[in-house]
Amino acid sequence: MATLVIAEHSNTELKPATLNAVTAALQIGGELHILVAGGGCAAVAEAAARIPGVSKVLVADNAAYAAQLAENMSALIVEVASGYDAVIAAATPNAKNVMPRVAALLDVAQISEITAVLGPDTFERPIYAGNVIATVQALDARKVITVRATGFDAAPAEGGSAAIEAISAAHDCGISRFIDERVAKSDRPELTAARVVVSGGRGMQNGDNFKLLEVVADKLNAAVGASRAAVDAGFVPNDYQVGQTGKIVAPDLYIAVGISGAIQHLAGMKDSKVIVAINKDPDAPIFQVADYGLVADLFAAVPELSATL
Amino acid sequence: MKVLVAVKRVVDYNVKVRPKSDGSGIDLNNVKMSINPFCEIAVEEAVRLREKGVATEVIAVSLGDKACQEQIRTALALGADRGILIETDVELQPLAVAKLLKAVIEREGIEFAILGKQSIDGDNNQTGQMLAALAGMSQATFASKLDIADGKATVTREVDGGMQTLELTLPALITTDLRLNEPRYASLPNIMKAKKKQLDTLTPAELGVDVTPRVKTLKVSPPPERKAGIKVGSVAELVDKLRNEAKVI
Repeated sequence: MATLVIAEHSNTELKPATLNAVTAALQIGGELHILVAGGGCAAVAEAAARIPGVSKVLVADNAAYAAQLAENMSALIVEVASGYDAVIAAATPNAKNVMPRVAALLDVAQISEITAVLGPDTFERPIYAGNVIATVQALDARKVITVRATGFDAAPAEGGSAAIEAISAAHDCGISRFIDERVAKSDRPELTAARVVVSGGRGMQNGDNFKLLEVVADKLNAAVGASRAAVDAGFVPNDYQVGQTGKIVAPDLYIAVGISGAIQHLAGMKDSKVIVAINKDPDAPIFQVADYGLVADLFAAVPELSATL
Repeated sequence: MKVLVAVKRVVDYNVKVRPKSDGSGIDLNNVKMSINPFCEIAVEEAVRLREKGVATEVIAVSLGDKACQEQIRTALALGADRGILIETDVELQPLAVAKLLKAVIEREGIEFAILGKQSIDGDNNQTGQMLAALAGMSQATFASKLDIADGKATVTREVDGGMQTLELTLPALITTDLRLNEPRYASLPNIMKAKKKQLDTLTPAELGVDVTPRVKTLKVSPPPERKAGIKVGSVAELVDKLRNEAKVI
C-alpha cells in the first residue's frame, strides 16, 4: 500500500498545512510519497524531503503548474495516482479546486475535510457546518481525501531525508489562463496557522475600527479575522472570513469581538482551545461557546485590553 | 448561449440540525427546506447573463426526489427560463450528480454552467469541479466576479490571501462564492409566472448514469460539547484568567 500527499506550496515555500496532511496520511498507513507540482519549486521539494516518514518526493517542475491551474494539476495528479491507493491533500482553497477533479477523473468519490482517521477506509468528517459529525466508509478501492488541518497535529518539518525524483510530465490543457493575482502582504501570522486569532464582527461598525483589533493582535502576535457580517459589510477583505464557507481555524486563543455567533461563524472557530467573547449583548450566542465572556462595549474594552497586555 | 444552473434542496441555513438519537441520519421532520444559498447566487448570476444578452436561455436543474420541484420553481421565479428535475429516491453523491449534469449538458448543448461552491448540508465542495473535469469544461471555482465576451470568461476568484483572475475558454464552468452578487427577491407576479414555466422530469436511467453511492455513512453524531464557560466582570479579570488560568498569553 502506498499513499501520495499533494504538497501545498507557493513555489518557494512549503505551506504548513501539508504537515497536517502528512499526519493524516501516516495514520491511514502505507509508504508515503509527496508530489510537489509547481514552477521553480526545487526548494519546496527539498523541504518536503526533510519531513520524517516520507520515503520519496516526486517533483513536477514545469511552467504549466506554476499557477496551480486546476485542469493542468488534475491531469498530472491523475497520471501519477495510478501507483497509489490513496491521494491526500490538505483542504486548502487550492486543493479544494483541484482534488474533486482528480476523484472524478479516477471515477472515485472524494472524502472531503476529514477530521479523524478510524481505519484505512473509515473517516470522520463534519457536515452541516460542524453541527453533525459523520462517520463514513469509502467504498472505492482508491481513495481521494482532503484533510481539515485543524483535525490533525502538524508532522515535524525536519529530520527526514527522502529521495527526490523528477517527473517530466507536462500537462498544459490550454483552456484556462492565469491573468493575475492580488495577494495582500501582511507581517502578521497567517490566519489558519496563528496561535492567537482576534476577530471582529458587525459590532466593529466600520473598517477603521479594525485598527483597535490590530493593536491587540500586534501585542499577541495574532492574526486578525472577521465574521461574514463584517466582510459582507465591506469592513475587511473576504480572506479575513472565519466560518463554514471561509477559513476554519483552531488557535490556542480565539478572541471574538462584536461577533454575535451565528452557526456559520461558530463552524469556523469552535475547535479553538480557548475562546474569549467580548460583546455588549449578554444574550449573544457566542457566549454559549466562550470560555471567558465579557459583556461590555467593545470600544471601551478593546483599548483597555491592549493597554493591559 | 445556453446556461445551466444547478439548484440543491437543503435544510434552511437558519435551522440548527440534529442527528437522530440512533445515529442513523439527520432528523428532517418538519424542518424548513430551502434552495442552497450558493445555488441561489448561481441562479442570480445566470439570470443577469441573460438580462445582459450574453445568455439566451437559463436552465435550472435539481436532482433528488419530487420535492426538489419546489427549489426549481424558486429558481424559475428568480428568472430561470425552464427547469429539469432528475428524479430519484437514491441518495445522490457528488460524483453521481456530476455525471447526471454532464449528461444534461450534452443533451442540451450547454456552453456555460454555474454551480454553488458547496452545499450547506454535505459541505463537500466537489460537484462543480467534478462536472468541469468530466465535461471537459474550463473551470474557475469560488468566483466573485464574472465577465463573458468573445468566447472567453474572465473570472476573479477568491484564493488564499486575496484574489486571482483567470481567463477561461468556453465552454466553461464556475462555482459561486458569497460575493459574486446579491440575489434578488422573487416578486409575487414572478412566482405566479414560474408556475407556468416548463419543468421536465428525467431519471438517471434515461440519462444512462449509474448513481450507486460510493461512500457509506456508518453513523452521524453530535460534535463534542464545549464545557460551559464563565462570564468575567472586567478586562483586568479577563487578562488575569488568560494569563494564570488558561495560560494562553
